[in-house]
Amino acid sequence: MRHLLSTRDLDRAAAIRLLDIAEDMADTQLREVKKLPTLRGKTVVNLFFEDSTRTRISFEAAAKRLSADVINFSAKGSSVSKGESLKDTAQTLQAIGADAVVIRHGASGAPRTLANSGWIDAGVLNAGDGTHEHPTQALLDAFTIRRRLRPGASRGAGLDGVKVTIVGDILHSRVARSNVWLLDTLGAEVTLVAPPTLLPVDLAAWPARILYDLDVAIDEGRPDVVMMLRIQTERMRDAFFPNPREYSRRWGLDDERLARLGPDSIVMHPGPMNRGLEISSRAADSAMSTVREQVSNGVSVRMAALYLLLSGNTEEGS
Amino acid sequence: MSRMTDVSLIEGATLADGSRSDILIDGGVIRELGSGLNAPAGATRIDANGLLALPGLVDLHTHLREPGYEQSETVLTGTRAAAAGGFTTVFAMANTSPVADTAGVVEQELSLGLDSGFARVQPIGAVTVGLKGERLAELGAMASSRASVRVFSDDGFCVSDPLLMRRALEYVKAFDGVIAQHAQEPRLTEGAQMNEGSLSGELGLAGWPAVAEESIIARDVLLAEHVGSRLHVCHVSTAGSVDVIRWAKARGIPVTAEVTPHHLLLTEDLVRDYDSRFKVNPPLRRREDVEALRHALADGTIDIVATDHAPHPVEAKDCEWDAAANGMVGLESALSVVHEAMIETGLIGWADVARILSQTPAHIGRIEGYERGIAVGAPANVVLYDTSARRSFGTEDLAGKSSNTPYAGIELPGRVLHTFHDGYATVADGHVLDSAVVAEKARSFRAAGAGGAAAAAGGAVRG
Amino acid sequence: MSARTVLHQADIARALTRISHEILESNRGADDLVILGIPTRGVLLAERVAGLVSQISGQDIPFGALDVTLYRDDLGRHPTRNPQPSRIPAGGVDGKTVVLVDDVLFSGRTIRAALDALGDYGRPRVVRLAALIDRGHRELPIRPDFVGKNLPSALDERINVRLTELDGDEYVSIEGADA
Repeated sequence: MRHLLSTRDLDRAAAIRLLDIAEDMADTQLREVKKLPTLRGKTVVNLFFEDSTRTRISFEAAAKRLSADVINFSAKGSSVSKGESLKDTAQTLQAIGADAVVIRHGASGAPRTLANSGWIDAGVLNAGDGTHEHPTQALLDAFTIRRRLRPGASRGAGLDGVKVTIVGDILHSRVARSNVWLLDTLGAEVTLVAPPTLLPVDLAAWPARILYDLDVAIDEGRPDVVMMLRIQTERMRDAFFPNPREYSRRWGLDDERLARLGPDSIVMHPGPMNRGLEISSRAADSAMSTVREQVSNGVSVRMAALYLLLSGNTEEGS
Repeated sequence: MSRMTDVSLIEGATLADGSRSDILIDGGVIRELGSGLNAPAGATRIDANGLLALPGLVDLHTHLREPGYEQSETVLTGTRAAAAGGFTTVFAMANTSPVADTAGVVEQELSLGLDSGFARVQPIGAVTVGLKGERLAELGAMASSRASVRVFSDDGFCVSDPLLMRRALEYVKAFDGVIAQHAQEPRLTEGAQMNEGSLSGELGLAGWPAVAEESIIARDVLLAEHVGSRLHVCHVSTAGSVDVIRWAKARGIPVTAEVTPHHLLLTEDLVRDYDSRFKVNPPLRRREDVEALRHALADGTIDIVATDHAPHPVEAKDCEWDAAANGMVGLESALSVVHEAMIETGLIGWADVARILSQTPAHIGRIEGYERGIAVGAPANVVLYDTSARRSFGTEDLAGKSSNTPYAGIELPGRVLHTFHDGYATVADGHVLDSAVVAEKARSFRAAGAGGAAAAAGGAVRG
Repeated sequence: MSARTVLHQADIARALTRISHEILESNRGADDLVILGIPTRGVLLAERVAGLVSQISGQDIPFGALDVTLYRDDLGRHPTRNPQPSRIPAGGVDGKTVVLVDDVLFSGRTIRAALDALGDYGRPRVVRLAALIDRGHRELPIRPDFVGKNLPSALDERINVRLTELDGDEYVSIEGADA
């Protein structure tokens, strides 16, 4: 795998391969000695144009567990104009000898621009770009669902027939986009629930059912998985919804809605959570919640992604 | 006196109506038409067999960037690009620095154009001071300046305040001016990055909805009707805008409209790889929009093609999509793109091209000399175009300062081989001529007294 | 290409039986024995050896799989390999006699990686190496303790090990380069 830019580019075999390798990585993380020599001598740069301590730490842990050298490059606050700084920074990283660049950027498509630019030879791993994609988040979500639904027997499996309902700010969510493509590729049935203002205007091409009503989604959809997205309260300034109270009442996973989910349902959240807004504390802390598993699975999935990016000698089909 | 200027005999050219004719250019005017013309002593003879002769092209929408943004383009380099594309007049947009919102700035642009000599530069004045949309610029002063400004535009920004737009439309009636509106509702397009639709949702790029253009055009045609003023709509890009303009014309509202070459050929699908060469405002739209625009141009709903030539330095495009500048260079490729989109599809003929790229834009901008096309006594603005050529367009085909063309690597038909401006060559055998030589020709032409020469032109048509 | 069968199914069975006896003999019994196969075919062989040792000794011998992919030093020289699951028996490897089992011993680099991998699971008392085939050409100071068959080979020859569980038939063949 040359780059990991979006889940839309991943076919089913490639996605399952990555999830299976993540299983092997997860196994090694149960041992006392968690470090592997696999990527010794490789240099991974975490190039973060946006603050995201959680994602950066996860990638840093993944790279270090594989013995790669990690350079954290926080480009935020640079005085150069945004455009120049991506190119200049890339050329700096090229000179340093980066083998992989993990990039988080506020502009949709910046990782693809970096990968296509010719400024750098390194593999590019998208750690979240604007409102476009966040592929490793979707992969860790799929990994988490697969493990929960098939304990001990997840290897090789897709998510065929699994009903996943994603709730919240779909319009601005890179997590939602990456999940929609990946879940569909893996055979899951995706439903998106949001106020109409927080959905892209034309969703005809998305492999998902659209609902405005969370109660209908729960009672009639009987979802296996409910994934709550973080809602930014500043969205109400742009009239996406009237106020947090109304949002929470209509689209929040509160205790009452939690109780109506099937007993084996899974509640997910990519974090960080707004407790009491899109998700109640009880829902976040319930046995149905995978919030903490998602964090630890994130390291395994990112180890797998780094392994696939950095271990081969050739560009492979998948 | 006319001996101070060039004499050229173009032999065997095909005119836009399909007939063949020699064209004798002398003293800056077309002296004679007909076959078998004799070359006067000292005349340059050009074998134009198989070449199409069109009247010099007129671009109502060019960004020349000077003063203020000379790293992107200057009047000299921009008019070289114009000549390379067969243009002999360009209307220079007002978003320079300082903004062309005073008589001083437009006169400066005018004289820079005269010095260059590659094409006539007709300044466009800003509608509002500093393009800020707050108060009217000195429209009258610009109109009565040496630049005789008739077209006013805040292009790059929309005159979004309805009251200000109404006043501007009314005010320019006093000197037969026209407001060229960049139709973009600002609140509906905050942070917009590409056409809003299925693809923008997938790519996570903030959408530029068609309604942001259509709603402004709808408002403006109603305002124009109400106050009885001329309105010109810049770079129409959506099928819905076409419908609104068609309705307005049917109602008798004096509205004219332009479409860019790129909106006639390219679609939003090109954005998929976040290649910022395809970032432009208004954005590339859907295939259905391209089809609607082509048909609207063919049926006259859209009056003209204008390039929106928008040069940018490399660093303005060599970056992530969000940070990249909007715009594409278009002068050098315009005729070939119209050829591809409109002629090759059989939608229009070459006489229509002469109308939409020369006669009508000149008329909207109220400049004279283009109304007759290639005719005896008309100013000698002529382009010779090889319609049979095909080439993979490349940066080597560009003559301006910037290389942000969206057509690099795309095969396009046709090639401009010769351009004559005021009777002297600016492009010969496909090569843009030396700037010093062209500047000297322009000086000689002015010294000879252009108007007098044209008035004295008394040749006859020989059949 | 010419392939020559060097071990038939019965030969493989005999070799594994002999290896099992030798393991018991060198370990002076079955106590603290752990048999770990190196994926893919080493795991199948390890399972068979563990079965044989259990049968002979009357003691249940724990066995498992030890994947070495993430410990290889040649990852950049080949297309990306898929790691295989490691399965370490519940008793772990601390203080145990671990017998590593692989199908073909060649450069020794796989075993070097296996020793590193094993070290991350604990500290065995002693580590032994069993290989069905030793084809020579060692690049590291590693030698097997138990060998099914020594098979001197040219560098450009291919050794094919086929086992019923995986391949449907069972033999070991050597395939020459183009004649």
